Amino acid sequence: METVVLDHISKTYEKGTVLAVDEVSFSVNKGELFGLIGPDGAGKTSLFRILTTLLSADSGRASVAGFDVVKDYKTIRRIVGYMPGRFSLYQDLTVKENLEFFAALFGTTVEANYSLIKSIYEQIKPFNDRRAGKLSGGMKQKLALCCALIHKPQVLLLDEPTTGVDVVSRREFWDMLKSLKKEGITILVSTPYMDEASLCERIALIQSGKILSVNTPDGIRRAYPVKLYAAKSDNIYQLLMDLRALEWIEHCYASGEYLHFNFVSDEQNLLAGLEEYAVSRGHRHLVVREIIPDIEDCFIRLMNEGKWLSEEQIHAII
Amino acid sequence: MKQLFVFIRKEFFHVFRDRRTLLIMFGLPVVQIILFGFALSSEVKNIRLGISNAEDVSSRQIVNKIKSSSYFLVSEENISEGVIESEFLKGNLTAVLVFPPQFSNDLLHAGAATVQIITDGSDPNIAKTVVNYLTNIITAYQQESFGVATGYRIVPEIRMLYNEEGNGSLNFIPGVMALILMIVCTALTSVSIVKEKELGTMEVLLVSPFRPIWVLIAKAIPYLMLSLANFTVILLTAVYVLNVEVKGSVPLLFFETMLFIITCLSLGLLISNATNSQQTALLLSLMAMMLPTIIFTGFMMPLENMPVPFQVISNIIPSRWYFLIIKSVMLKGLGFEYVWKETLVLAAMTIGLLTIALKKFKTTL
Repeated sequence: METVVLDHISKTYEKGTVLAVDEVSFSVNKGELFGLIGPDGAGKTSLFRILTTLLSADSGRASVAGFDVVKDYKTIRRIVGYMPGRFSLYQDLTVKENLEFFAALFGTTVEANYSLIKSIYEQIKPFNDRRAGKLSGGMKQKLALCCALIHKPQVLLLDEPTTGVDVVSRREFWDMLKSLKKEGITILVSTPYMDEASLCERIALIQSGKILSVNTPDGIRRAYPVKLYAAKSDNIYQLLMDLRALEWIEHCYASGEYLHFNFVSDEQNLLAGLEEYAVSRGHRHLVVREIIPDIEDCFIRLMNEGKWLSEEQIHAII
Repeated sequence: MKQLFVFIRKEFFHVFRDRRTLLIMFGLPVVQIILFGFALSSEVKNIRLGISNAEDVSSRQIVNKIKSSSYFLVSEENISEGVIESEFLKGNLTAVLVFPPQFSNDLLHAGAATVQIITDGSDPNIAKTVVNYLTNIITAYQQESFGVATGYRIVPEIRMLYNEEGNGSLNFIPGVMALILMIVCTALTSVSIVKEKELGTMEVLLVSPFRPIWVLIAKAIPYLMLSLANFTVILLTAVYVLNVEVKGSVPLLFFETMLFIITCLSLGLLISNATNSQQTALLLSLMAMMLPTIIFTGFMMPLENMPVPFQVISNIIPSRWYFLIIKSVMLKGLGFEYVWKETLVLAAMTIGLLTIALKKFKTTL
């Protein structure tokens, strides 16, 4: 059963001059942990605001739990839990006051749905009387999640919940999402971090307002059409320049300590030729091996089929 | 209802946990009312006066009368004519009263005598006031000493109704009240709503079953209560610090003030709808509210002296009507039957503004 449905949704800003969301269609199944993956400015927040009825789309239809975002906006506002991209709680209220306020706002109490937030709330409970503004980034996110969950929503919409949060807290946060999934809550989460994609059941890759692909993380990786190689040498920057100069290398970009690249055609002799070429260019300690593409590789390829990305564009994604 | 209550309680937390808001709310009014009451007085007091040549009986008697008045500080009892100008230049004196030699003699025997009043004309308003004060004292002396025997005379008897002592702070108090309520209510309300937008909490509030209109109501109620508390503080300051007597009914004052506060709150809500940052909201409420209030309310500059177009404009300024009401009730002691017209105008304005504010409130981003 599809809980969140987007059907050819488009949204423009500045009187139609800026296209933020372009004919986006995808759907999220009931009880699914669905990731919307894309760089800043891809249109993720606009989609969330359309789904939470805060913005109206220019064209297309969308529904949440079977309710239309335009017609039944009041119902939707009651049944979704929403966590905006920015920390949106009252900084001058304490942890406890924030939680109680949001519980009351939804006409419930902290006790009524305590079992749902228990595991998360217990981690911040020692700071009950601390003002929310004085919490660390990770704790703020936990509190915000508690506040979004306090009314036991059917659908949880989380807009970049892990942005600006340290690695440990990010991991904890994803663990929490997994346990919430067990409660039967449908979760739509967005993130600019490609490495978080594999933590979702299904993902949609989005770029410049367009959906590039919707699949399971593995499915997207398997769909990578060519063999991908990783290479490094003592002078990684020179190697990048040298590889890009070769006509028989299609794409080459930096990823971590390696360069990722692929050939225009998958022939073994090209690999041998490459090693020869690199030695002739004076590269030492050259390592070349075939790798399984990760989501980032897929993203870059999908985003720019046949067209070279500038260095800045790649950095923006990574 | 519980939602509303919790929301209102939250608003109070915001106010009481923010020292700046508290200071603006309660510090500013007291400082302003004391400033306006004391420093911005239009009365001329403590005039430094020099006396020259008061050496006979009559001149001494006049000098004594001057000394007993609270307006003058006689700084030089016997100033020689040669140094008068240099004393003026140094700024030591505001005025000098010069008696001729034989002043008593001339007065008693010739039946007429002259005195010279020299004032510092660089501030003509003060100079004129000083001349008036001195002339009054001298005329009074003349009447006391010589009675009606000097022939036909018209003695004007002057009464300043509702303010017999000419207490300058009287006119300021209602004006300052209007000004303060206007600034405090409008600015704080608009800022508190825009703050929710700026911090992103409005987004969460909107995605909840809490009705958006209730957000406005929940915002307005705490500020209404705080403003009424504020009004009480202003009123107490006026009565006990500035010795202003409240002649009319206090409940009526509170009723009219509440109406005016709601007007200001509506304006604040309207501003918050139109802006997205706290700075803009604050600037807009200060600039758009303060100047018209000061200029068109009539407590700083009399409206009657303004060109007709300005007088027409002044009609749309809510504080103008509030000022009229408060002046009538507080200073003249009039009842509701005398101010119902002004009240009606104010109420109509309030309903208009409130309707626009509620209608314009966006339930989306």
